[in-house]
Amino acid sequence: MQVSVYRYDPDVDEAPEMRDMSLELPEGKDLMVLDLLERLKEQDPSLSYRRSCREGVCGSDGINMNGLNGLACITPVSQVAKRGKLALRPLPGLPVVRDLVVDMSQFFDQFEKVRPYLINDQPPPAQERLQSPEERAELDGLYECILCGCCSTACPSFWWNPDKFVGPAGLLQAYRFLADSRDTAGAERLRDLEDPFSVFRCRGIMNCVNVCPKGLNPTQAIGKIRGLLVRQGT
Amino acid sequence: MAALRKMEFDGLIVGGGGAGLRAALELAQSGLKAAVISKVFPTRSHTVSAQGGITCAIASEDPEDDWRWHMYDTVKGSDYIGDQDAIEYMCSEGPQAVFELEHMGLPFSRTESGRIYQRPFGGQSKDYGKGGQAARTCAAADRTGHALLHTLYQANVKGGATFLNEWFAVDLVKNQDGAVTGVIAIEIETGNVVHVASRATVLATGGAGRIYASTTNALMNTGDGVGMALRAGFPVQDIEMWQFHPTGIADAGVLVTEGCRGEGGYLINKDGERFMERYAPTAKDLAGRDVVARSMIIEILEGRGCGEAGDHVLLKLDHLGEAVLNSRLPGILELSRTFAHVDPVRQPIPVVPTCHYMMGGIPTQVRGQALTQDDTGQDQAIEGLYAAGEAACVSVHGANRLGGNSLLDLIVFGRAAGLHIEQAVRQGISRRDASESDLEAARARLARWNDSTSGESVAALKRELQNTMQASFGVFRTEEHMRKGIETLKGLRDRIGNAHLPDKSNAFNTARLEALELDNLLEVAYATAIAAEARRESRGAHAREDHQQRDDKNWLCHSLYFPDDERVAKRAVNFQPATVPVLEPMERKY
Amino acid sequence: MVTQVTALARSGLADFLIQRLSAVVLALYTLCLLSFFLVNDGVGEGIDHRQLVEFFGSASMRAFSALAVLSTAAHGWIGLWTVATDYIRPHYFGARATVIRMAFQVGCGLLLFIYVWWGMRLFWMLPG
Repeated sequence: MQVSVYRYDPDVDEAPEMRDMSLELPEGKDLMVLDLLERLKEQDPSLSYRRSCREGVCGSDGINMNGLNGLACITPVSQVAKRGKLALRPLPGLPVVRDLVVDMSQFFDQFEKVRPYLINDQPPPAQERLQSPEERAELDGLYECILCGCCSTACPSFWWNPDKFVGPAGLLQAYRFLADSRDTAGAERLRDLEDPFSVFRCRGIMNCVNVCPKGLNPTQAIGKIRGLLVRQGT
Repeated sequence: MAALRKMEFDGLIVGGGGAGLRAALELAQSGLKAAVISKVFPTRSHTVSAQGGITCAIASEDPEDDWRWHMYDTVKGSDYIGDQDAIEYMCSEGPQAVFELEHMGLPFSRTESGRIYQRPFGGQSKDYGKGGQAARTCAAADRTGHALLHTLYQANVKGGATFLNEWFAVDLVKNQDGAVTGVIAIEIETGNVVHVASRATVLATGGAGRIYASTTNALMNTGDGVGMALRAGFPVQDIEMWQFHPTGIADAGVLVTEGCRGEGGYLINKDGERFMERYAPTAKDLAGRDVVARSMIIEILEGRGCGEAGDHVLLKLDHLGEAVLNSRLPGILELSRTFAHVDPVRQPIPVVPTCHYMMGGIPTQVRGQALTQDDTGQDQAIEGLYAAGEAACVSVHGANRLGGNSLLDLIVFGRAAGLHIEQAVRQGISRRDASESDLEAARARLARWNDSTSGESVAALKRELQNTMQASFGVFRTEEHMRKGIETLKGLRDRIGNAHLPDKSNAFNTARLEALELDNLLEVAYATAIAAEARRESRGAHAREDHQQRDDKNWLCHSLYFPDDERVAKRAVNFQPATVPVLEPMERKY
Repeated sequence: MVTQVTALARSGLADFLIQRLSAVVLALYTLCLLSFFLVNDGVGEGIDHRQLVEFFGSASMRAFSALAVLSTAAHGWIGLWTVATDYIRPHYFGARATVIRMAFQVGCGLLLFIYVWWGMRLFWMLPG
């Protein structure tokens, strides 16, 4: 198997390059891309990437595999390799720190911008706040986000304006709190999103939906935020 | 050496998982200058993988539920070497801690009346074991750890400790009086080495499941805090107690929650027999994890395993129906399809006991301060050092942890450590600064790797260590195998001390991290081996074929492993709960 | 990334609504014209000048046409502003990106202004 990997170590390299590495794959076993990376790293320990849980819940190993963003640990090689070839690159649109590691500060800045925490101006009761199963169901498809960054780095609007457009991941979080029956800051949250960039740079091309490794739908959440904005503004 | 950059804090937390974030929140809210060092972005911490829930008597499913019943279950589950004062504290403070999480926004699943949904988990009972199965585990579908960790991080975004994300703590800094005054850490992105000084240092670094070849733990669970403590000469407690979770997906090692059995799933052997009925007639598949794991291994060893190699059993869920599986166990469906290539809606999942949790760790007081023993065997608090969560051994889990108690442990004792530090700092802490030579000592290991020019590879040595632990210190243990394992580990200690780090780059050098982690794995593995060999009885997760009975006369106590002279001492278990009658040791039956 | 935001609009919401409303106007206007030509040119005999003047000269059609011209201008301005802030960035155009974008937007503004002025003149000067 030929694997072409984006390599760049600012300590050593003048410029990034795609470097070919080859690897014998075991017969009859479909490895995940992360398994493949681990084997490559045994060959060349200087290969750098993030990884941790290796089961698709921690969100560390978002990378670009043959042009498609995804989590290396839950993507079978057979699903992304084309004619025995696989090109691995860092998530697009963010500054590269080294090899497959990107600087995610812009991504997390946008996440923090939506005030991703519950705001409730009432003093909490002695027990839990009550919430019906139906109200709780509104959060399904929202709270599961693992902040891997696959969606936002697949989004041209985020590439062009990463400092102003919140991006699909941040907006999914924004809606997660707008949709929470326990949150009382809906009006302020909406006001913060009303400018021409934060939400409205989404052009609905659904790249985010296409790549989300958890099967979530940020575009739909953004549509719902728009709906709430229209209702509040008119 | 060049002058070290220095940062100073009131409270420093090493580890950004559930315990670390809860402690950080407590400190930040009290107005102290607090920092969290985390080698990954905090929401990547392994707490995120916890699935089934957080066990706590909030009396939602059963209005009569009582924290004392939870305490009874936990003491029994621990095979009576859990400290009863600590368990009492955890079970009684638990509801408050869980409600706090809910107020922070944790998206718990709900009952029809709008309260937090609770599901049955293993080892749970009503009325001190006399009232049948309880349902006490508060759940957010089967993603409770994810929901909990993200909620705590969100609260910290709001509340505000300083986050040193993607920093790696290398070693503790000790002053000449033996007090801990901070850590030496690497900023991973730049390779910069920094002296992070603090009046109190909390080790909340989680477990070390990666000492085994087959584990549900994340790749980064390498026992960094325990390794640091051992290198600093501090003891670890009950480190021989490793939980093997009954349901890791065969071959992949990925966890399938006990909640599957809580919701009504059960295990079958190759004859389709629900074999747990034979081993635990009352609790069946919801017996303690140690009991279920051993039963599974016996089934496999006696030739009733499934698959071509007969090396696993099956977890059957299809009878629960697609609707229940989709709403209660959506994450399990996803994991099974990805890693076992089976759809639980139609087929059973191949599972095998897999290393899951370190019951032992750094011994601490109930409020988090780390302990050692003086020459007369009396407890002695370690100045400046605290521990919480899986890295700590407070001890609420004893010889076997109950499912759902780990998340509760994190938040209750993370909070407790934060409260205690706040109090201590307010009362005033004065101690000597670390000297140049103290700092030098804490950097020695890093320098060793950076200066290495030849030697064996980190990856190969790690694999050998993991295979040794798997072969000699698994579910069943014998003197002979353990002796052999200890010899191999001794050899590995020398070889790892001479291993080679080829990549010396300063930019995001993950090879260097893996080398430093290997040192930590070795410390934990070695301590495990010595303590396991020393405890000549079977208790909880520690099952010896050559000493099959529990020996309360000699071993109703904690083991305490001292690294400097590789000695195993004994420490008394606490049998003095403050507000309830003591729970006397009994035969443990499910 | 763009460093200077030059939206005439006050809020993204207003832009968003104007964009959609103007699109609806333009769609209706297009339909209206299409049906006029289909109905009056049903047998392929062509439409003469008189018919055109009659159609566009009616008071309601003048108003509708003017609205369509304004909608085109608004729609075009918002769209081109969006395109400009997406693509005319330092990454492609270096340090002068802002100046270039300003020039582009001034150019767009000028063109749209001429278009509106010319459109208004045209429709209100028709013999009625």
